[in-house]
Amino acid sequence: MTISLNLNGQPISLDVDPDMPLLWAIREVVGLTGTKFGCGMAQCGACTVHLDGEPTRSCVTPVGAVEGRNVTTIEGVSGRVAQAVQEAWQRLDVVQCGYCQSGQIMSAIALLQQTPKPTDDEIDAAMNGNICRCATYVRIRAAIHEAARTMEG
Amino acid sequence: MIPGFRNVVTGSRRTFLKGSAAATAGLVIGFNLPVGARKAVAQATGTFAPNAFVRIGRDDTVTVIAKHLEMGQGTYTGLATILAEELDADWSQVRVEAAPADARLYNNLHFGTLQGTGGSTAIANSYEQLRKAGAAARAMLVEAAAEVWGVPAREITVEKGQVKHQATGRSARFGELVDRAAMRPVPTDVPLKDPQNFTLIGTRLPRIDSKAKTNGTALFALDVRLEGMLTALVARPPRFGATVKSFRVDRTKAVPGVIDVVQIPSGVAVVATGFWAAKTGRDELEIEWDESNAETRSSAEIMETYRRLATQPGAVARRDGDVARALAGAAKRISAAFEFPYLAHTPMEPLNCVVRLSATECEIWAGDQFQTVDQMNAATAAGLRPERVKIHTVFAGGSFGRRATPTSDYIVEAVHIAKALGGRAPIKLVWTREDDVRGGRYRPMYFHALEAGLDAQGNPIAWQHRIVGQSILEGTPFAQAMVKNGVDLTSVEGAQNLPYAIPNLTVELHTTKVGVPVLWWRSVGSTHTAFATEVVIDELAAAAGRDPYQFRRALLAGHPRHRAVLDLAAEKAGWGTPLPAGKGRGIAVHESFNSFVAQVAEVAVEGDTFRVERVVCAVDCGVVINPDVVRAQMEGGIGFALSAALAEAITLDKGVVEQSNFHDYTPLRIADMPKVEVHIVPSREPPTGVGEPGVPPLAPAVANAIFAAKGERIRSLPLRRT
Ligand code: FES
Ligand code: FES
Repeated sequence: MTISLNLNGQPISLDVDPDMPLLWAIREVVGLTGTKFGCGMAQCGACTVHLDGEPTRSCVTPVGAVEGRNVTTIEGVSGRVAQAVQEAWQRLDVVQCGYCQSGQIMSAIALLQQTPKPTDDEIDAAMNGNICRCATYVRIRAAIHEAARTMEG
Repeated sequence: MIPGFRNVVTGSRRTFLKGSAAATAGLVIGFNLPVGARKAVAQATGTFAPNAFVRIGRDDTVTVIAKHLEMGQGTYTGLATILAEELDADWSQVRVEAAPADARLYNNLHFGTLQGTGGSTAIANSYEQLRKAGAAARAMLVEAAAEVWGVPAREITVEKGQVKHQATGRSARFGELVDRAAMRPVPTDVPLKDPQNFTLIGTRLPRIDSKAKTNGTALFALDVRLEGMLTALVARPPRFGATVKSFRVDRTKAVPGVIDVVQIPSGVAVVATGFWAAKTGRDELEIEWDESNAETRSSAEIMETYRRLATQPGAVARRDGDVARALAGAAKRISAAFEFPYLAHTPMEPLNCVVRLSATECEIWAGDQFQTVDQMNAATAAGLRPERVKIHTVFAGGSFGRRATPTSDYIVEAVHIAKALGGRAPIKLVWTREDDVRGGRYRPMYFHALEAGLDAQGNPIAWQHRIVGQSILEGTPFAQAMVKNGVDLTSVEGAQNLPYAIPNLTVELHTTKVGVPVLWWRSVGSTHTAFATEVVIDELAAAAGRDPYQFRRALLAGHPRHRAVLDLAAEKAGWGTPLPAGKGRGIAVHESFNSFVAQVAEVAVEGDTFRVERVVCAVDCGVVINPDVVRAQMEGGIGFALSAALAEAITLDKGVVEQSNFHDYTPLRIADMPKVEVHIVPSREPPTGVGEPGVPPLAPAVANAIFAAKGERIRSLPLRRT
């Protein structure tokens, strides 16, 4: 079956089982591997993409459900907020193993698009679905504040 | 052709196959490449490769060859810093590339002849080696410049990648000198810098992998894609020790995308065009297991046998004085029993690797932590000689010990599958999270029994510590060096070297046999020994009516490095200043992997539960290569330790693991992460590791803080389940 969607601003058609999770369609059929597999059951957030701008767990989203919709992955994020987040992440050296960080960054961008100046509690609430086994959480909080500051200025 | 296969550090098309030919061309003898080989490399690639650890290109790029796995601990940044320091390179010209598997060149000097990463040794064993490598390369560039300019080498200076002769005003970039430098003999005994003159070591250089890890281009094994590659998942038995009796494949083979189903020693592998087809096919397998040799006990039952064993004396790991007599004569006695569950590592990137097998060669792509061991095990499985096994080490999405497995479990599985398919396709083996959580190789379950006594003045005079649990090393190639007189050193480390001045002290061990595979887990023995010892010291302080910080301090007179971190943590935490009701502070100090760490935890009790609000950490790891990486490892170690302390446990019901994924094996999330402050003790001692030592003091500091807040002693982990 052919499924058409917009991926990182490009219209694409995929000939896949519509039950296949979007995660595997992106990683293995399209070949964009920045989006990660961590649990396969919406527990860890490693697979977070933006679906029509909303942070979404691609590991439990059947590709058939995104027909005609806009999907953005870490490779395709752009704009002021994305840039501020990625730069803050680098300035503060948030990453350790890095495996969770695509998902963390996708969640952080979505948070800052909704809430340009989040409090610690708002950060914790928005980011609680993203596990970091290296526990880079102190720096994730700091980098989100830092990104918020740079966008003000 | 390898689509999407990018250089993990620079983001450019990956060239390591070509580049690392310099180190694997068979021309390599010992540490240095002979002149002929270097000339050949220089002519072929425009690079200067004075030794196995660095290449300098005509484009000025300095590529540091990392023999250690980057799994988050920042080792690429640290290793490159050490070499760049002595080379006087500019940080912006430095790149890092993973070394090939070749133990002759890249052995971990703390592991003897093995190449591998672990035990927080990467920086410690590389420090001198990489300084010398950088200094030798610098000397050759300087001599090349001296020759070209006709000036004495000793008048030439190097700074930030610029070679200069002040008097004549000449200067050159590295790239301009590489062709000539490559013709020179490699000098021996080049003097190293006085550490006072370091310009890179000790500064906050940015991590070399930050960019690639924030834009999705960092390459992990799960991201490797080879032409014609197939994906395999393995169905493994529900109980450890069971084997395949029979299986039916009809429904699996009917799943679109499933290519083959093959039996391997660990189970039944489903090979398909991609992950989803392999997973769907595996769900359809019908397997009958032979459980005649399987472990069928529940963890509670096993713990009960441990509890009984602890009433008997065990193998002696340490004996000072006469503990029985001292206990009998003590004015006050304390007895405490501790229970520790099995723990899974659950690195964020589940175990996986890619294997390409031919009749003469086996190539492996993995976040490989144990290259020499993996090479040997893969060779055995493939029926090849070890040197026919090539390993491409890529970033690992965490490990915490899991990827360094004496049996190379996941790699061997992939080789078996590739072999069963006759090498007709490269195989990517993927473990799902369920496979990982249920797959064993846990931090062992332990029971500790401690008896301690104070004299009439409140001084500790007796300490009897019994530990019961499985050996991590027995039955592995490491047993010979690390298991002595029935004592596996990894079972007692942190207890057997207790630093406190207590005249009568024994540490004993009962090693148990259980059919659950176990493994080292970030900070190994100290994951449990630090908890038992630091909680009991706290109990002794309370029984003596003394302040727990001062009590420890007094007993550490002979251990200045313990004392210094303890003092620093206490001072920075405001030890002794009042806290509001319902809050408490706890302290703990522990040495592991030759680094010293003290932590003060602040806990707020909330009804039946509690929150850890703040942790102040002091660390002494010798010479600091990068203070920000040290801080990051302490922060991460604290979060990782808190994760286990609060809520992690693997339990067995009649041999079946009860947890399966992150909903019931629950790592720490951001809302539970405390504020963390890290302070570093300045030191000129040789550098030691930081990957693990941040972990051990956290759980006892938290348990001691809970006691301070509400007078309740928690002696079993995880804290929130007791
Ligand atoms: S992989 Fe999707 S939430 Fe974990
Ligand atoms: S950086 Fe390793 S899991 Fe987050």
